[in-house]
Amino acid sequence: MSKRRSDWQTRPQARIRKWFHEGFLALDDEIISQISQDSEPHQSYEALLEAQEEAVETRKHERTLALDRLDQYNVLVWARTRGRKVLSALHVILALVLSIMMIFFLLETVALMPRFGDTQAPGVNEVSQRYIEKGLDETGAVNIVAGMILDYRAFDTLGEATVLFLAACAVLILLRIDRNKDGSPVEELIAAESDDRHYEPRSDRILQGSAKILTPIILLFGIYIILNGHLSPGGGFSGGAIISAGLILYLNAFGFEKSGRFFTNKTFVMVSFFSLSFYGIAKTYSFYFGANGLDSGIPLGTPGAIISAGLIMPLNIAVGLVVACTMYIFYALFRKGGL
Amino acid sequence: MTLTQNFPFFSIILCMIAGIVTSILKPKAAKALTFFVSGSVVVLSVLTLSLTLRLDSAYPYMMGHFPSPWGNEIRIGRLEALMATGFSVVLCLSLIGGLRHSPAFVSEKKVNLYCIMVDLALAAVLVLIYTNDLFTVYVFIEILTIASCALVVVRQNGHTLVAITRYMIMHLFGSGLLLLGISMLYGITGHLLMEPLGEAVRAIVDTGEYAGPLTVVIALITAGLAIKSAMFPFHSWAPDTYAYAPPLSSAILSGIISKTYIFVLIKFYYRVVGMDVIISQNISPFLFVCGVSGMILASVMAISQRDIRRMIAYSSVAQIGYIYMGLGIGTTAGVEAALFQMLVHSVVKSLLFLATYELINVSGDRKRFRYLHGAGYRNVPAGIVFTVAAMSMVGIPFTGGFIVKLNLAISGMVFGGWMRSLVLIALAISTLLNGVYFLHTVVSIYRRPPGDIAYPPAEKIPPYALVALFASMLLIIYLGIGSEPILRVIQTGLMTFS
Repeated sequence: MSKRRSDWQTRPQARIRKWFHEGFLALDDEIISQISQDSEPHQSYEALLEAQEEAVETRKHERTLALDRLDQYNVLVWARTRGRKVLSALHVILALVLSIMMIFFLLETVALMPRFGDTQAPGVNEVSQRYIEKGLDETGAVNIVAGMILDYRAFDTLGEATVLFLAACAVLILLRIDRNKDGSPVEELIAAESDDRHYEPRSDRILQGSAKILTPIILLFGIYIILNGHLSPGGGFSGGAIISAGLILYLNAFGFEKSGRFFTNKTFVMVSFFSLSFYGIAKTYSFYFGANGLDSGIPLGTPGAIISAGLIMPLNIAVGLVVACTMYIFYALFRKGGL
Repeated sequence: MTLTQNFPFFSIILCMIAGIVTSILKPKAAKALTFFVSGSVVVLSVLTLSLTLRLDSAYPYMMGHFPSPWGNEIRIGRLEALMATGFSVVLCLSLIGGLRHSPAFVSEKKVNLYCIMVDLALAAVLVLIYTNDLFTVYVFIEILTIASCALVVVRQNGHTLVAITRYMIMHLFGSGLLLLGISMLYGITGHLLMEPLGEAVRAIVDTGEYAGPLTVVIALITAGLAIKSAMFPFHSWAPDTYAYAPPLSSAILSGIISKTYIFVLIKFYYRVVGMDVIISQNISPFLFVCGVSGMILASVMAISQRDIRRMIAYSSVAQIGYIYMGLGIGTTAGVEAALFQMLVHSVVKSLLFLATYELINVSGDRKRFRYLHGAGYRNVPAGIVFTVAAMSMVGIPFTGGFIVKLNLAISGMVFGGWMRSLVLIALAISTLLNGVYFLHTVVSIYRRPPGDIAYPPAEKIPPYALVALFASMLLIIYLGIGSEPILRVIQTGLMTFS
């Protein structure tokens, strides 16, 4: 009784409901008659009346509450079915409008930008001029791009190589499944291994046969691209990607057992550690000497020779190793959470 | 060039090499190396700051053998050194206070991977503070994005995976806008280093050629960095990420990383575009409106939270709103207040996340306010530092938050009419709202706990962690009492910034 709100009958909600639901009064009469039959005869008339009114009010209140709940339920159901659809449609429309507006503005901007290949464009200035005209003399690299990314703007490239290493570590955090302390596999690892059986080709002759021929060629081509990075188009990033493609092909053809003989988790850690430390230390040396106005003392060699262009070739090798390892370990991690 | 002038470069390269070396270390050694690196960066940054205070102007530092328009470069000035010092101190204190909880959120074998992320995030923060090259900005923002994703996702449960998916989408969108802006800017100027870029942009503004693309570039870069720093309408990734990440990661993310993006934005405005262009292109009113709405609406959302960590995350969005309001005011005084707010908030927010974790810990890992009753008695030091940090958030005198609000109000005073009243009213409302939710939290951690809940026995906080917590607390009070020299460094630094 005490929890009942005293004003429930006067609320507009209750009035509307009363007007809405016919048969309300009939029910009241029924309740009254029922209560008067049940009640004991020797009570005083006032007390009886009071009890009757009380009971009627309670029933009315309960009824209102139930109807309230029904309303709430209906609203909830609407929100979960139709409402969600309406909202998502609204989202789609807004997103479309926003995208179309962005596309329009960006196209408009591109139309206002300097034309591609224009000799009067602001991009043709002393910066690119020096890269093109003096690049060979100053870096020793026939491939101007290699000279730019590994000598003029080597700090950015150090950052890029670190991005790859970092991405590999982030995926390791997310996907690597560690063994127990005593070396026994955890449940997840067993599940991943059995899952991976589907991908293991036990005797796919065509795949294995072509992999036998292709893998060495791909690896050699990758090495060629890396080693000639300062002489011809290519370099560490592209060559590393090619090497990793060869490794992934080998892994697909012969499975983790065989590739595990030469490439384990430790190989990844060690190779990326050594190549990145070499990169870091070499560049620290040249940054420090450059900033303090000292000559680095690294000979540039004859342009066009394989051993030339100072640090660019070793740096290309380091970058290539990092890229190859990173892409290979990405593949292995996404396939079964480890090597 | 003297040896001291090399220190910023040393601190950057130290972090990067430490990150690489950590990959082959055992967990214990990895943790030790991370502590060592963050400590050394503090020392190096303090030395750099004292050096720049003696020098009259900032000096460029070539990264390699090639000077400004051709090679990479960093620039060392007062403001940069101050920010580097502030952020590295915050990171160091957070590590001391928070890394001991690592078993709770990362398995023993992955601790060294976590340490790599911390090291490289610090390296990226330092580079972004010091750099003088717009493309380096992009590269290291990439590093920062990936590192912060990994910092969140070390704790793997449904919450963090959902949060990080949203985080990734929003941040990659932001990076994309930034890259688009940078490449367009390169297209219309032909430069990437900030001084020649600034000259080229000035020429564009004077001649009017390519003025349209310039506006788009400013809008793209502003939007990209605003998304990444959780400015109000783009904040949807922030609450989940900050709330469900491990406490140390939340402290680093909201305390340091989001501020770094804003510093990059200020750098872009001051060193590349020029603040007068920002005002004449009507970018600053946009920032002002976003800042003010963030201050108020994010606070309203914070009030409706039942999870204490989500409340703090929303308050973080509100505090970012203060920074953007200061930027949006557009005057030197406004930007100074915004920079000071960046320092204050990074200390306060990282402390809040760590103290909250301690309070949650002594309440049996329950996060709802109802269960936190009495947590201030179960863990007395955490209760004290939480109270002080909350007071700074509200802006009670003798804490850093008060000085921030005072400076923002003063910087709003230079305007007449509706602008002044808008600044003052926004500050008043948001202070009131801050008071509602932070003082409510403080009261609730000191209320009598309900009798029917069993709490775990309180574990002892080791002395070094206590020292870190109280050092952060004293730093907040110092920023409230002795803010004069820091404000002067910001002032003089900003003068030589552009």
